Amino acid sequence: MKQLSVFLENRTGRLEDVVTVLRNNGVSILSLSLADTKEFGMLRLLADRPDMAYNALKRNGFSCGLTDVLTVRLADRTGMLQELMAEFSGAGINVEYMYTWPSEGGSGESGAASNMAVVLKTSDMALTEKILAEKFRKFMLDIN
Amino acid sequence: MIWDKTKECMGREEMLALQGERLARTVRLVYHNVPFYRRKMQNMGIGPDDIRGVEDLCKLPFTTKEDIRSNYPFGLLAVPQSEIARIHVSRGIMGKAMPIGYTKQDLAVWSECMARALTMAGVGADDILQIAHGTFAEELGIHGGAEKVGAAVLPISIRNANKLAGILVDFGITAIACTPSYLLYLAETLESGGETDMVKLKTAVCGAELWTERMRKQIEDKLHIRVHDIYGLPEIMEPGMACDCECHAGLHVYEDHFLPEIINPETLRPLADGETGELVFTTITKEGFPLLRYRTRDLTSLTREACACGRTLPRIGRFRGRSDDMLIIRGINVFPSQIEAALSEATGTVPHYRMIVERTENLDTLEVQVEAGEKFFSDEIKEMEKLSCKIGDAIQQTIGLAVKVKLVEPKSIERSMGKAVRVVDRRKLF
Repeated sequence: MKQLSVFLENRTGRLEDVVTVLRNNGVSILSLSLADTKEFGMLRLLADRPDMAYNALKRNGFSCGLTDVLTVRLADRTGMLQELMAEFSGAGINVEYMYTWPSEGGSGESGAASNMAVVLKTSDMALTEKILAEKFRKFMLDIN
Repeated sequence: MIWDKTKECMGREEMLALQGERLARTVRLVYHNVPFYRRKMQNMGIGPDDIRGVEDLCKLPFTTKEDIRSNYPFGLLAVPQSEIARIHVSRGIMGKAMPIGYTKQDLAVWSECMARALTMAGVGADDILQIAHGTFAEELGIHGGAEKVGAAVLPISIRNANKLAGILVDFGITAIACTPSYLLYLAETLESGGETDMVKLKTAVCGAELWTERMRKQIEDKLHIRVHDIYGLPEIMEPGMACDCECHAGLHVYEDHFLPEIINPETLRPLADGETGELVFTTITKEGFPLLRYRTRDLTSLTREACACGRTLPRIGRFRGRSDDMLIIRGINVFPSQIEAALSEATGTVPHYRMIVERTENLDTLEVQVEAGEKFFSDEIKEMEKLSCKIGDAIQQTIGLAVKVKLVEPKSIERSMGKAVRVVDRRKLF
C-alpha cells in the first residue's frame, strides 16, 4: 500500500492548503495521521488515488513523498495487537510509526478480521511482510 | 586621566612625522620579508623608497581578508618564527582559523594601547578589573594593559551571570571588560536580584560586537557606571586599537600605531574627514604580522576635530554597518558563504536557506532556515530531525557558534527580484 507523506511547517492554514489541493483533484482520504514536532508537522495519509494526490501536491510546491507501508486488519477480539508486537520485537523489528485505518470488508464474526486495520512502517519492511504473510495472512489487506 | 600625553595629545605635524617614519620602516620590513607584499609592490611599479611619508600611503596596495586567507598559515609573517612570542588565532578569516603572530615588541605595544584605553575608561591602580570575555583571546590583550596601569586583574571567565553577579558584589570589583550584550545581561541579572546598589562597579570597557549609543546609555543608566566602547580587529589587535574617552564622541584611534583611512569601497579612493566609507588600517609598528591598508569592511567616518578630553588622536564615528555581507554574532564573524559551505558539507547540495539573526535577552541568536525540498524529504520524522541536527553540527563546526536549524517548506523563503535574501537581521541596532 502506498502512503502519502507531506512535510508541513507549523503555520496556520497549511493543513487546509493540503486538503484543498486534494479536494480540487477529487482525491479522497481513507485514513490519516498528523504528527507534530517542535519545528514542523508530518501528515501521513492513505488516499484512494495516491499517485494523483502526490503529483498534485508536488505541483503545488509541497515537500512530499510516497512510501510503502503495510496494512493489517485487527481481529475482532482482545490481544491481537499485542501478538503482532510480540512477533515484531521477537524478530528485532522496530515500529517507526503506526496509525489506524477504519476500512470496510471485515467479516463481522467474532475473532475474525474486523473493520479496523493498522498502517505500519517498520525498521525492516521485508521481514515484517514475511512475518505477516506467515502468521497473519488472512488479516493482510494488500497482498499485491 | 591620559596615559601618555606625549603621544595621545601630540601636535599634528609631529604626529605626521612620526607616522611617516614608522610607515616607511614598515614598508621596508614587508618588502624585504613578505613575498606577498614584495610581489604586489613590484607589480604596481613601486619600491620601499617611494614611501617617504603618510602622503604616500595611497600608493600602497590594499590587503583583504582573502589575501590573508590565501597566505595561510604563516605567509604574511614578517619576522622569523623564532621572534614570534605569541600566536593568536583569528576565527573570522573566511571560515579558516588564521594564526596571527606577535613579537615581544608587538605584545608590548598591545599592552601600551590597552593601558591607554583602560585609563580613558578610568581604570587605575586602585581598581579590580574583571575580564569576562569568555574564551576569546581578547582577554590576554586586556590583561597586559591592566597590569600596566596597575589594576588587580581577575581573569575568570564566568558565563553564568548569577555567579558572576555574586563575585562582583563579594569581591568589590570596580571595573569590567566584556561584550556589551553580556554586560547588559549582567545588569539585568543584578537588577532582578536587587543587587545593583551592592556592586562597586564604576566603569566598563565593552567591545567585540556591534552596538549602539542607545545601548551604551542603557547600561550606564542601569548600573550607574561609565561604559566605554573599545575597538580592535583580530587580524591586528583586538581589542585596543581605539577606544572612546569620557566625552563619548567617537573612538580615539591610536594612530601612532594604526594609521586609519576612510575609502570609498567601490572606487577605493580615500575620502575626506567626516565622509562615511570603509575603514582601512595600516599597522606602522607591528613586526610579526604587519598589514598594509587592510580593508576592515566596517563602514564609518573619521574626524580630527578637537576633542574636549584634550587628546589629538582622530576619532572613528559609530559603525554604520559593513561593506560586505559579514555578520557579527556574539563577537564571532559569520559570512553567509560559511553557512553555504556547511550546508553543502552536511547535505551534499546547497538548498535554499536564510539566516535570521535576533537578539533575545541581549544575546544574539542565529537561526538558519533551510528549505526541505524533495531531496531531504523523509516520511520518518526522526530522519528529518537527524538531517536538521547534521546541518546544525556542520554549521557549528564551521562558524564556531551553536545555531538553531529550522526546516521549512520548499519555496517558503522569500525571493526578491529572483535573488535570495540570505540574511534577516532583526537586532534593530541601527
